Amino acid sequence: MTLFNILLYLAAAVVVVATGFAITRQNIVHAACYLIVSFMGTAVLFYLLGAPLLAALEVIIYAGGIMVLFLFVIMMIQYPPPSTRKAFSAKTWCPAMILVGICGLLAGILVFADPANRLRPVAVTATPQAFGDILFQGYWFPVEITSLLLLAALIGAMYLGRHNKRDNGK
Amino acid sequence: MTIPFTHMLYLAILLFLMGAACTITRKNLFMILIGVEIMLNAAGIAFVAAALRWQQIDGQIMALFGMAAAAAEISVALALIVCARKRSGSLTTDRYNFLKG
Repeated sequence: MTLFNILLYLAAAVVVVATGFAITRQNIVHAACYLIVSFMGTAVLFYLLGAPLLAALEVIIYAGGIMVLFLFVIMMIQYPPPSTRKAFSAKTWCPAMILVGICGLLAGILVFADPANRLRPVAVTATPQAFGDILFQGYWFPVEITSLLLLAALIGAMYLGRHNKRDNGK
Repeated sequence: MTIPFTHMLYLAILLFLMGAACTITRKNLFMILIGVEIMLNAAGIAFVAAALRWQQIDGQIMALFGMAAAAAEISVALALIVCARKRSGSLTTDRYNFLKG
C-alpha cells in the first residue's frame, strides 16, 4: 500500500459517509453542508485519479457554486424548521429499497464480469494544458452546445424568477 | 501499488444508488435535487476512473460536460422551486398532486 492508495480509500470513505449523512438529514441546511464535505472528498479522489483540473473545478463549481446557490435559495425562501415527522417510514422506503437493490445487483454483476482491471493512482497525469488541447480541438462542438445549454438555463431561470404582478393579489 | 478498477466502479455505484434512494424516497424538493446532484457526481467519478484505466483523457472531458449539465440543471431547478414556493407556499411533493392553470 502506497500513500496514494491509502489516501484514495480514505477519500472514498469520507465521500460515502458524508453522502450517507447528507441523504438522511431532516434539516436541509445540514444536508447541504454534508454534501459540500462529500464534494471536497470527490475532489481529492479526482486528484488522485489523475485529473487535477477536474479536482479544482469540482471544488469551484460543485462545492463553491452549486452548493452555495443551494444554501442561498434555502435561506432566501425562509424554509420553515423541519417537522418531527418520522423520516424512515417503511411505506416510503420499502419500494425504493427494492428498486435500488435490483439496480445495485445488476450493476454489481456487470462490474464483476471483468474483475482483472487494475488502476495505478497517480497525483498528476492529465495536465490542464493537455486537457484544454483535447477539449477545444476534439470537442469544440460539444463545448458550443454546452454554452448554449448554459445560456438557455440562464434565460429560463430569469424567466421563472421574474416578478409577476398578477401573483401579488393572491 | 495498484488498486482494482472495480473498487472505483463500486464506489460510483454505491454513490449513485444513494442518490437514487434519496431522490425516490424524500418528499422535500431540495432533497430530491440533492439526490440528483449525488447521482451526477457518481457518474463523474466513474468517468474519471475509466479515463485513468484506459489512459484516455476523453473520460475526464465527459465528466466536465457532466458538471456543466449539473450547473444548468440546478439553476433552473432552484428557480422552479422559488416559483413553486411563491405559488403554493409548500416544498413537499404532496402539495403538487393537482393541476390548475
